[in-house]
Amino acid sequence: MTTAEINAPLTLAPTQVKDETPTATKLANSISRGPAKYFVWAIALLWTIPTLGLFISSFRPEDDIKSTGWWVWFTEPTTVTTENYTTVLSDKVGGLPFSDFFWNTVRIAIPGAVIPITIAAFAAYAFSWMHFKFRDTLFVFVVALMVVPLQMCLIPLLRFFSSTFFPDQLSGTPSIWIAHAIFGMPLAIFLLKNFIGSLPGEVIEAARVDGASHMSIFLRIVLPLSVPAIASLAIFQFLWVWNDYLVAKVFGGGAKNQPMTYALVDMVGNKGNEWQLLTAGAFIAIVVPLIVFLSLQRYFVRGLLAGSVKG
Amino acid sequence: MSQIFRSLGLVVVGIAVFVAVLYVLYWLASQLREPWRERARVAVFIGPGLILLLGLVIPALLNFRYSFQDRNEDWYGFGNYRDIFTNGDNIKVLTNTLWWGIIVTGTSTVIGIVIARFADRMRGEPVAKAAIFLPTAISMVGAGIIWNFVYSPKEYGLLNSLLQLLPGEQEPQFFLQDPTLFGIQSDWIPGLNSLLIMVVIIWIQAGFATVVISAALKGVPDDLVEAAKIDGATDRQAFYKVVLPYIRGTIITVMTTTVIAVLKIFDIIQTMGKGGAFGTSTMANEMYEQAFPQDNEGLGAAWAVLLFVAVAPIVYVNARNQRAMREGR
Repeated sequence: MTTAEINAPLTLAPTQVKDETPTATKLANSISRGPAKYFVWAIALLWTIPTLGLFISSFRPEDDIKSTGWWVWFTEPTTVTTENYTTVLSDKVGGLPFSDFFWNTVRIAIPGAVIPITIAAFAAYAFSWMHFKFRDTLFVFVVALMVVPLQMCLIPLLRFFSSTFFPDQLSGTPSIWIAHAIFGMPLAIFLLKNFIGSLPGEVIEAARVDGASHMSIFLRIVLPLSVPAIASLAIFQFLWVWNDYLVAKVFGGGAKNQPMTYALVDMVGNKGNEWQLLTAGAFIAIVVPLIVFLSLQRYFVRGLLAGSVKG
Repeated sequence: MSQIFRSLGLVVVGIAVFVAVLYVLYWLASQLREPWRERARVAVFIGPGLILLLGLVIPALLNFRYSFQDRNEDWYGFGNYRDIFTNGDNIKVLTNTLWWGIIVTGTSTVIGIVIARFADRMRGEPVAKAAIFLPTAISMVGAGIIWNFVYSPKEYGLLNSLLQLLPGEQEPQFFLQDPTLFGIQSDWIPGLNSLLIMVVIIWIQAGFATVVISAALKGVPDDLVEAAKIDGATDRQAFYKVVLPYIRGTIITVMTTTVIAVLKIFDIIQTMGKGGAFGTSTMANEMYEQAFPQDNEGLGAAWAVLLFVAVAPIVYVNARNQRAMREGR
């Protein structure tokens, strides 16, 4: 990732990037730290080893995993099998195959990211370009809600979701979506307002003068211009929901609505030494975040930086 | 699988319907007379968001009330809070959380500063930083499994295998079940198991610290460092006396963000500490354990309030710091 990418508009990090360094300085710097360079690479290697160990193990036969360390594989790298993956995908957790939990995660994570961002984008537009009483006060209040840790809402929300006021059709997966939408709302409004509010006012005023409604300005001008901000936020929220264990566990009810994180924690508890299952299962759970990370790194970094204001 | 595509189709349709409904409501609002017209338009844009925010505000307020009830929902006054601050197991939870905050935040920030400094303008910098940053993408549950494997007492556990390299006969260690610190057991110090779980979060948070601090380092004007060097400062002095103070705001951002993440640590305790057994529990974990498996919602609510009291000032400091930095430059 380059520094320019890290410092894109959405970023709340304070730094200004200076891309071009005089060659002389570069040279001086690279010469002056020989040992430091090795230290950095040592740390980079050290940081990679645990994940590498999991990855290699997930392709070793069960007997090998359970008898020798994964590093032994380097001495006979020919023993590679995908059997662990086929085994774990059909392995039952709470009566359901692990593959079901993968699809549950997909089903939770996509709406879990799309719903709050859609709703927040409308609100962010109103806070930026519509005029109403107490607008700024209300916005400050919304931002202030970022101090509330989601743990404060778990018990009361669960009571509400299981009360008669809450429609039965929305229990299970939809209640997980709603919970994620609620918890993601303050940050999403805050970030999108920062971005949408900084769009050039002349463009919006000109469209107003031409008689365009707020709705068409929002849909035709503001949304297309906000794609970079929305993309970063969407990736942040998507990964947050994808990796979530707590919210789904509390609101999702039984195993049939639960994501992979639930199945994995269950496996750790009940099959803690079945590493042929755990390594492959864990790798299936982290492969999507890794792909997102490697392919959309600049959005990922921006989203993560922007998300750092949340409580 | 086909069921999934149906669900995804539903999402697309759902969002389209949602936007269409708002479109129609907006049109209806436009038929009203002023001043109601503009008010109704605002309500259409902002209403759905505000309704969701009520789902945050009302529960948070109710949670305060629940924290004064016992497990039968009878009034218990400050009983839950008294129990938290007087019971030995709960003291352990509080001190654990404090240690988590200090050790994980301090270590990951220092690693971040060191790596960001040494990797700056190094050949292969993006690759090295990406390797260190990669764990940030992994779920806590995934990370927990990765490290359970490293800490396993069996022959395939990496840490135990490294111990075998020491001279003499080495017994396999059950690291994650060791609540003592090399034999010392106390409510006031973290056990070896807690420390080893902290390593996992350092592994995750150091990448975040590295990337953020590295971006800030690249924003330090070269002439500032050059000027210091002309005045006779060494590389090291220039870094400590000029560069670090210059990026102070960023370091505060990193530290506050890390403290907040650490205070809410939960999944990793569930995955590696068997839900807080062997003295590894922390505040957010205890909140969950009491409220749900133990079915003592009053006590769980009280833990949530304490978490809020701990997190809120840090978020406030973070927000003020970020605003100061934006306005400062």
